[in-house]
Amino acid sequence: MLDQSFVGRTYPPTPAYQVGREKIREFAHAIGLDDPLHFDVEAAKAAGYADVVAPPTFPIVLTMAASRLIIDDPELGMDYSRVVHGDQRFAYARPIVAGDELVCVNTVEDITSRAGHDFLTTRTDVSTTAGEHVVSAWSKLVVRGDH
Amino acid sequence: MLEAGQQLPEQAFAVTRADLVRYAGASGDFNPIHWSERFAVNVGLPGVIAHGMFTMALAARAVAVWAGRADAVVDFGVRFTRPVPVPDTDEGTEVAISGVVRKVEDGRAYIDVTAVCGGEKVLAQARAIVQQPV
Repeated sequence: MLDQSFVGRTYPPTPAYQVGREKIREFAHAIGLDDPLHFDVEAAKAAGYADVVAPPTFPIVLTMAASRLIIDDPELGMDYSRVVHGDQRFAYARPIVAGDELVCVNTVEDITSRAGHDFLTTRTDVSTTAGEHVVSAWSKLVVRGDH
Repeated sequence: MLEAGQQLPEQAFAVTRADLVRYAGASGDFNPIHWSERFAVNVGLPGVIAHGMFTMALAARAVAVWAGRADAVVDFGVRFTRPVPVPDTDEGTEVAISGVVRKVEDGRAYIDVTAVCGGEKVLAQARAIVQQPV
């Protein structure tokens, strides 16, 4: 059983992540995208962006790494080998673009237990180093119980 | 412009082991259940399965096509209900994404998304909100 007292706990901001133009292109290519907004700086600028635009699920690159702060917290005691991804949601203030310097703040939103499984819901708020909110991500992780 | 009640055309995507390896590298998710048959079987899976986030990315890709813009999605959430097994063949497997516009409100279209692999729904409560062009 995960410790319910972790609900509401917020972790310190992660070190800044510099969003690279080639990382966006690599990620977009890996999911089969070909829209110029993800690849072509001039096309992105023509659409009003400072640089190439990240695809909607790109924030997972940052938020999954950031949420390891919670998952690997020895006090919480999660067994990561038993974890499966239950739910995922993103709410965007704007798309991430190349050149953004982003920090993640993790909060434990909910911990429940049902049918021998534990459910951990985390929220990761992603903002620029200047404090502009860009996207929030919610992940529900399922810790499978013993069979 | 999307309209309430509109059925959105299905888009089918092939998923191969090579796609999973490429996605692992791009996303940084190197969980061996997505590339090692031995490891996946040992933890009780039918075999190598796709990253849930890869399936979500395909769904978002379909939504962008329906919306007509790569930057239209303002909110997107899914529940991963079933794994997507990816056999070690040239064809791999296929994920089919379809959708319906539940409502349009304040210039935003609310889309219910369905993702099917091998006759089974692999996502539930998959809901995207897209900004309509002005």
